[in-house]
Amino acid sequence: MTALPTRHDEAWRYADFAALATVWPVAQQAIVVDAGESAAHTLVLTGAGTEVRDLAITLGEGAHLSLHVLNAARGYGRVAVRVALARGAQFHFGAAQVAGADHRVEIVTEVVHTAPDAISRQIVRQVMAGRATGNYLGRVVVDRGAVGTDGEQSIRAMLLDRGASANARPELEIYADDVKCAHGCAIGELDKDGLFYLASRGLPPAAAKALMLQAFLAEAFAGADDEERLTTAALAALEDLL
Amino acid sequence: MAGFPRSIPFFTKSPIMLTIDNLHATVADKPILKGLSLTINAGEIHAIMGPNGAGKSTLGYTLGGRPGYEVTGGSVTFDGQDLLALEPHERAAAGLFLGFQYPVEIPGVSMVQFLRESLNAQRKGRGEEPLSGGAFLKLAREQAGLLKLDADMLKRPVNVGFSGGEKKRAEMVQMGILDPKLAILDETDSGLDIDALKVCGEGINAIMRRPDKAVLLITHYQRLLDYVKPDFVHVLAGGRIVRSGGADLALELEQQGYEGVLA
Repeated sequence: MTALPTRHDEAWRYADFAALATVWPVAQQAIVVDAGESAAHTLVLTGAGTEVRDLAITLGEGAHLSLHVLNAARGYGRVAVRVALARGAQFHFGAAQVAGADHRVEIVTEVVHTAPDAISRQIVRQVMAGRATGNYLGRVVVDRGAVGTDGEQSIRAMLLDRGASANARPELEIYADDVKCAHGCAIGELDKDGLFYLASRGLPPAAAKALMLQAFLAEAFAGADDEERLTTAALAALEDLL
Repeated sequence: MAGFPRSIPFFTKSPIMLTIDNLHATVADKPILKGLSLTINAGEIHAIMGPNGAGKSTLGYTLGGRPGYEVTGGSVTFDGQDLLALEPHERAAAGLFLGFQYPVEIPGVSMVQFLRESLNAQRKGRGEEPLSGGAFLKLAREQAGLLKLDADMLKRPVNVGFSGGEKKRAEMVQMGILDPKLAILDETDSGLDIDALKVCGEGINAIMRRPDKAVLLITHYQRLLDYVKPDFVHVLAGGRIVRSGGADLALELEQQGYEGVLA
């Protein structure tokens, strides 16, 4: 049996090891999208207790995958995604994490551009309340020779309470020339002017916050096949926080 | 100088909409309003003018209940209620509308969704049934038409990408939809070109000039008052009303400046 990882293991540095021990070892789920094919996957974690998912994704030449995740586990929820992109493959990842109380949710991605001209897009939006922690560890690796790579990471978090925290660590490892890799990261709180503006029109504080946060999270799900289902589930998770 | 009704005989049904009595307010511990008193009756339009830094916007925000604007003395009664005891959203439900000098952009939230939720939250607060989607859209289109605002703009995120004039017209559309008893309009005329100024002025008249409503216009300039003729004009300086008069006072200010009139 595989040994439990430790905090020294970079991809596990923010993990909840006590919770992890209850489900370890975690079986890896393989997803293969063949050359020229397109696929879409959705993962929704909203249960109590511990939920840990580990996806190993292989995208063939010119393959497209759009993966959407709502991680609103009420306990410890972790989604790890490792993606290998062949020439001209496209990987779109939109994820939202919503947590309150003392819950811990995390997303760990490793996106490897193994060949030229592949595109990866990662959008992660987090809303943390209470004493919850939301983590994103995302590494984009551009292998030698993977010229023409286009990689983007957009990571944003909203903290609703003083005790809430968010960790975000976008990381680039580039071994090729002529690549385009961008990452943006911001952690903040709801715009007070916006909240007062909404209140001045009659929206009670919880409704005003829900409206702004819903818009914030929507960026992660824009264009998803089951955008409506994801949005509804995210809204339900938000309502529990407010 | 025209008289200003400070008291109403007790035996009549009170038409008083808003009574501000000796209001003191601070912003970041700095006193801004220093004993401001003002009474507005239903059916009246009042204009507050004054030099920069007089406390005009502070008055609007304090009445709207903006966090950070702390009342340190005095009282405000709105339609028989202690206004200062209400949360900002409760003030809206009670019939107060605050038109912003700088309307806030809210990315991702559509104008339609925002206004429908706002209106229905107000209706709920008053114990009324929510308005259906269809009825709301009809109302929104009517009000947008009144302000000559393309109804498609209401599908866009709140104020995002609106020009200065569109933002102000959108504020008036919001006012038309929410149908308040008292509108406090903070420099609605700033950033408007001549045509938009006329449209906004006519909008204010159409929506608010009614016997059961009142308006408090906060403005720097006479020009909006050409379209929305005030019943009373007050000069705010140093955190209090230093002079009150009729519409002619605004003209006098325009000609002589604040220093001339206050000297």
